Amino acid sequence: MTEILHLAVIGVIVGSIIGLGAMGLTLTYGILRFANFAHADLMTLGMYLAFFVVGDLGLRGATIGPLSFGWGMIPAALVAIAGVALFAVASDRVVFRPLRERGSGFLTLAVASLGVGIMLRAAIQMIWGPAQRRYTTGIHEAWTIVGDIKIKPDQLLIVALTAASALLLYVLLHRTRLGTAMRATSDNPQLAEASGIDTERIRQATWVLAGGLIAVAGIMFALQSQLRFNAGFEFMLLPMFAAVIVGGIGNPWGALAGGLLVGVSQEVSTEWIDTGFKPAVPFVILIATLIVRPRGLFGSTI
Amino acid sequence: MEIYAPELPALIALAGGLNWTVGFLTTVAILAILALGLNIQWGYAGTINFGVVAFFMVGAYTSAVLTLDPPREFESYVGGFELPVPVGWLGAMLAGALLALAVGLPTLRLRDDFLAIATIGIATILRSIANTQEGLVNRARGLNGIPRPLQDQAADAGLDYDWVLLALAVLALLAVYVVVHRATASPWGRVLRSIRENEETARSVGKWTARYRVQSFVLGGVVMALAGAIWAHRSGTVAPDAFDNFFTFLVWTMLIVGGSGNNRGAVLGALAVGLVWFGIPLIQEDLPDALGTRVFQLRQMLIGLVIVTFLLLRPQGLLPEEKTVSRHLRPGAGRRTPWRLPARGRPGG
Repeated sequence: MTEILHLAVIGVIVGSIIGLGAMGLTLTYGILRFANFAHADLMTLGMYLAFFVVGDLGLRGATIGPLSFGWGMIPAALVAIAGVALFAVASDRVVFRPLRERGSGFLTLAVASLGVGIMLRAAIQMIWGPAQRRYTTGIHEAWTIVGDIKIKPDQLLIVALTAASALLLYVLLHRTRLGTAMRATSDNPQLAEASGIDTERIRQATWVLAGGLIAVAGIMFALQSQLRFNAGFEFMLLPMFAAVIVGGIGNPWGALAGGLLVGVSQEVSTEWIDTGFKPAVPFVILIATLIVRPRGLFGSTI
Repeated sequence: MEIYAPELPALIALAGGLNWTVGFLTTVAILAILALGLNIQWGYAGTINFGVVAFFMVGAYTSAVLTLDPPREFESYVGGFELPVPVGWLGAMLAGALLALAVGLPTLRLRDDFLAIATIGIATILRSIANTQEGLVNRARGLNGIPRPLQDQAADAGLDYDWVLLALAVLALLAVYVVVHRATASPWGRVLRSIRENEETARSVGKWTARYRVQSFVLGGVVMALAGAIWAHRSGTVAPDAFDNFFTFLVWTMLIVGGSGNNRGAVLGALAVGLVWFGIPLIQEDLPDALGTRVFQLRQMLIGLVIVTFLLLRPQGLLPEEKTVSRHLRPGAGRRTPWRLPARGRPGG
């Protein structure tokens, strides 16, 4: 039982990362109206941009309290957020917007996003090489919470940051004009445009938001695991899509709940099945949702 | 692409000459079969399959375990039935059909992009199952000693076996081409294209579109699994690591470059992309150091760039889809009419 509880705690941590990434993915899916297969590679870009600051530039700074990294991680995270958001907006300008304006279907956009993802993955491997990396080395003490269950300060931060990001996103979507316009565009783009919303600007804002969220998720992934050029694509693409579909496309709270569900089931399953089968868990959840409730647990906007 | 094209033939001749060319063309023939399979699904029916490699892999493993000898010491896999190679190929095609049904039935009636997510997932999972499950396909060590068709006969006749393999692959490609061409030029193929253009309209004229979509997905899967079977017997060995998702994207690039919805385009695309993909390592030494050491990432990047560039600048591919109403009419007879009339340009529309 303790073992299962321990796995569930790990699941919540992994699920927070999946959920944070999935919130951005579901926003682009709902507002841009296509499945962005480059989203997981944006995550990898985020983790490496932060590595550029703390690793390549060596801007480490004094270690922050019990955490494994130094104050340098704060500018590093800002660079990652800005860089990924910029890349996302640029990819829209160069690739997705021209296709959209030509009236290409959402499937063509999905194929194009696959091409963008391949380029990004290859570029990251070209710049930083195929080896695995970490932000910091050394052993970091874990805290005992209840009984035998231990948790590292970094992992607590991951859960706390996801909660804070979700709260910020809630305020943005429900308490600002931009958020209202975004939700309107997600529900019905034609109607939103007819009522005077500059939908092209909304789409840009969506890319910035999704890019920022996935960059943070990328840094979290690298803290929990490590950096690798294909980390996002290999380990996070399927769990994030599963979370998006479980939660209902276009529904960020659903995506967060879906992420936690996927994360916990994925980790707890290793109590009974070989870890090699772990990737099958999000897939089973995905297919089960598609068969039983294709609009997701909490309803989809498209 | 254009930069290297004129130099490639000369470089190929330097870098191994005829042997390289024979092996290269065999590979291209197998990849062209995959591109034809994808053309049925994406080019005609507009169904998105990001798990091409899953079908390829299932075909390769199925034919291998049907035709292999029983497992020896330190090996463990199912089967080892020592069946003749053609039986292995038939079994592979059956396995491809079953996989297509298993993936397609729950997802094909839903939004089209769900299938894209599901297929990319199934490819990842099948690879990890092959790597993990003890006693299934010998895990990461892979299967070795897969029988090679007509090898003894070729030796008796004094033929170079590589040429026999090339002939087999090209014959298989021709057979697949004829089947795919006849299927897609038939009324059945016309229904597929109508589904791709507007599923609602196809349904409104009484076509049970879900059924056609499943049929075309299964036919494509069968073709891809056959390609996998040929690949397994050609190389004599299969291991999970060979079935990377990138393989799927390579086949997609071939179809997009050649021209979706054009079977000759699919074959031409396999040749053109294959030439770049397999040609780049040959010119590695001639590239500046900064690029030469990163040649494998460079060609991956090029693949992504080619996909995006073609979708943006030449979405119809090198050989555009031809307007064919019926195979009894000359292809391209209606070429002067635009393929898709703008809705408001129609008289009275």
